[in-house]
Amino acid sequence: MAEDRRDRSGCTSGSEPIEDDLDDNENTTMVGSASTLSSRLEVSVAETEKRSGKNAMNMQEMFTVYLVETRPMEALAEGRNPAPDSLWRRYSEFEVLRSYLLVTYPAIVVSPLPEKRAEFVWHKLSADNMDPDFVERRRVGLENFLQRVTSHPVLSHDNILYQFLTEEQGWKEAVYETGFQDKADSRLRALSATFRVRNPDKRFVEMKRYSDELQTHTSQLLRARARVADRLYGVYKVHGNYGRVFSEWSVLEKQMGDGLQSAGHHMDAYAASIDDILEEAEHYGDQLKEYLFYAEALRAVCRKHELSQYELEVASQDLVSKKQQREELATGSVRTFSLKGMTSKLFGQEAPEPREARLHLLEEQISEGEEAVKERRAECQVHVGSAWVDVLRFRQQKDRDIREALIGYALMQINLCKKGVQMWSNTKECFLKM
Amino acid sequence: MSVGAPRGLQPVTETTHPLSAAQETLSPVPDVTASCHIPNSSNSGGGGGDKEAVLTNGTPIETSSPASASSLLNRLQLDDDLEADPLDLYASTETRDLFVTVDDPKKHVSTMETYITYRVSTKTTRIEFDLPEYSLRRRYQDFDWLRMKLEDSQPTHLIPPLPEKFVMKGVVDRFSEEFVETRMKALDKFLKRVADHPVLSFNPHLNAFLTSKDLNKRQGLALLTKVGESVKQAAGGYKLRARPAEYSAMGEYLDTFNQKLGTMDRIAQRILKEQTEYLVELREYGSVYSGWAGSEDALQSPLEGVAGCVSTCCAAMEDLSEGMSQELLPVLREYVLYIESMKNVLKKRDQSQAEYEGRLEAAVIRRQEDKTPVPVEVEKCQDRVECFNADLKADWERWQSNKRQDFRQLLTSMADKNINYYEKCQSAWESLVSQLQDDQAENTNETNCD
Repeated sequence: MAEDRRDRSGCTSGSEPIEDDLDDNENTTMVGSASTLSSRLEVSVAETEKRSGKNAMNMQEMFTVYLVETRPMEALAEGRNPAPDSLWRRYSEFEVLRSYLLVTYPAIVVSPLPEKRAEFVWHKLSADNMDPDFVERRRVGLENFLQRVTSHPVLSHDNILYQFLTEEQGWKEAVYETGFQDKADSRLRALSATFRVRNPDKRFVEMKRYSDELQTHTSQLLRARARVADRLYGVYKVHGNYGRVFSEWSVLEKQMGDGLQSAGHHMDAYAASIDDILEEAEHYGDQLKEYLFYAEALRAVCRKHELSQYELEVASQDLVSKKQQREELATGSVRTFSLKGMTSKLFGQEAPEPREARLHLLEEQISEGEEAVKERRAECQVHVGSAWVDVLRFRQQKDRDIREALIGYALMQINLCKKGVQMWSNTKECFLKM
Repeated sequence: MSVGAPRGLQPVTETTHPLSAAQETLSPVPDVTASCHIPNSSNSGGGGGDKEAVLTNGTPIETSSPASASSLLNRLQLDDDLEADPLDLYASTETRDLFVTVDDPKKHVSTMETYITYRVSTKTTRIEFDLPEYSLRRRYQDFDWLRMKLEDSQPTHLIPPLPEKFVMKGVVDRFSEEFVETRMKALDKFLKRVADHPVLSFNPHLNAFLTSKDLNKRQGLALLTKVGESVKQAAGGYKLRARPAEYSAMGEYLDTFNQKLGTMDRIAQRILKEQTEYLVELREYGSVYSGWAGSEDALQSPLEGVAGCVSTCCAAMEDLSEGMSQELLPVLREYVLYIESMKNVLKKRDQSQAEYEGRLEAAVIRRQEDKTPVPVEVEKCQDRVECFNADLKADWERWQSNKRQDFRQLLTSMADKNINYYEKCQSAWESLVSQLQDDQAENTNETNCD
């Protein structure tokens, strides 16, 4: 097993590259089972519904619920088409699920949820959380989230996740029983404390840097994209004014009138076409946003590595200093023994009793410390090992997804161009008739 | 009208001979108000061919030419019915025997002033020209002189507009390449329109402009100024009794069309502005892709590919904007100026009608008093109004048909430019998609092989 191999590689040095490839993937999954949840269960977020209810402050509020549907794959494969099991979840429940996964699987790059509020919007786009378009895009995003976690080699075997999908009642209690919140709290505290790792795994240092870059680039891109969309919207909409002026002008003309009139209609259509184009383009924005948020998840994994590395280093440091103390004490006593009379005279008050006791205590602490270091090291190694596997998995997924997103984007551009050619050709026909 | 009159006059017996106004004849008559001196015999249908035509500067000229006569026919037929006539075609080809171009601007710096000259080249088969080809250099002032001469010597005709003067220094950089280029094109357009005009193209001032090394700019100026003023004096503040509805309609048309042109100009400007801003953002957007490509391995080439496409689109957009600003805006501008000229002619027509009505009224009163017949002067005035009307109508039709052609061509080309823009972008994206999909197929093959 890969982990055994890593045991020997020595974690404190931590810098030795481990040849990893996808083949390790299945070996290192904690549960070790090959099939993911998604291969057994078809998961979808089928519908949304607006509801109103009382919140914690006993205030009336509006919220949206999402219908999570599951169907066993087996039945589908056999050609049966059973009615899906379904249950309603709120966005906040998805958030709880994700925090749970994040805390419970510190070595996994947990896929992000769709944005809580619409960000990087161009100005014509609604930023309202109840806006139907926003809700629809969120529905797609939540479905994507569920499909990602249920097809993840590790996460998909989580029981809480399964309950989230299948048990409407009692799920919340079950999550909170796991005590993930306490763990999250202590973890977070530790993370926020400033600490400096001496020997971090270089791969993770690199990966952390990369996650920063990914975040920078995707957010820059999203911002630039929103501005481009704004301007493109302007260009199209101003053309709509031609529609008006052509039709007003056409009234004045005899021979040119008809051509102008219909050219005006085409210009109107041209101006209107940008709404759909940009609405469609939001999908690309959402794809980019997912990776913007993924960058955060990737960084979280790297920071958790730093944390466990830090804890290991602190423990080792402690052990070393304890050992040093013992050494001093021991050599001191040796020296004292060799110069019996002198030291007896000098340190006459010091009885061998407390020294023995201190030595004993140190010995105990050292063995505890050794135990702790061993534990930490193991933890660190496990984290490094499984985290790296998941980071590699993430990288592959990212390369594939972004490439697909870019192709999708290019296809969308082609579509936009075709529409443009079509509309201007129609307009040209009218002009030629003038 | 020795040659042209018999042919040209047949279909138009009820109106005054418009050609007599066209080829007209500012004899230095003592009567200042009779700026358009027409033999009253034309009214009785006899055709005023025997009038000795004298040009403004006093040089006698031949009164007509076959070309102008047939084009007159053409004009009038446009008036009456639009049925195609072989003569119509004949006329339109025959008028195209004078070809002019304005190009090759050059900057001249002297101690006194700095100015631009343009090369004016002429090719012609007309007998009025001594040589078949001319080439000389003219500056804006000279064009301005020509236009003034045309306007003064042929007040009943619509003279094409010149580009604006921009006397205000500093507002426009008059020596910038862009300005000179735009002005050159406008001057070329102006001269071509004059040269294509069935009447204006026979104006001796045009001939002088195209052929003489030195323009005697003072020649005949004093008289012409006087003539122009006389018209203004005669009609100042006079309210027309019965302006024919068609001229009112023309005026209304011009006002509304002017408005539409203004709107179109604003839209075009606004689109250019939006496109410029779009271009700024698009460039930035493309560079973000290149930046991102730098921190990726497997995604490097796809991201660079997108950056490449975006920059292709930027270039295409730039071409589009440039094309539109160079093509669309000058034409809109020209037509705005054209409308001004046209309104000017309409005003002059009204003035001439006012003068006639005024005189007629006076004459009627006088006749009631002493029973004298309507004086010859009044009849002359009536003739003048009628020839004005005929010229105006002909020019109006001509202008309308030019306008239709120009705008058809302009708008079609606008559509073409946009189509071209989209096609360029489309082909860039298409090649990217096929490249990415090939890569993708390769990658899946590789992983499958593993």
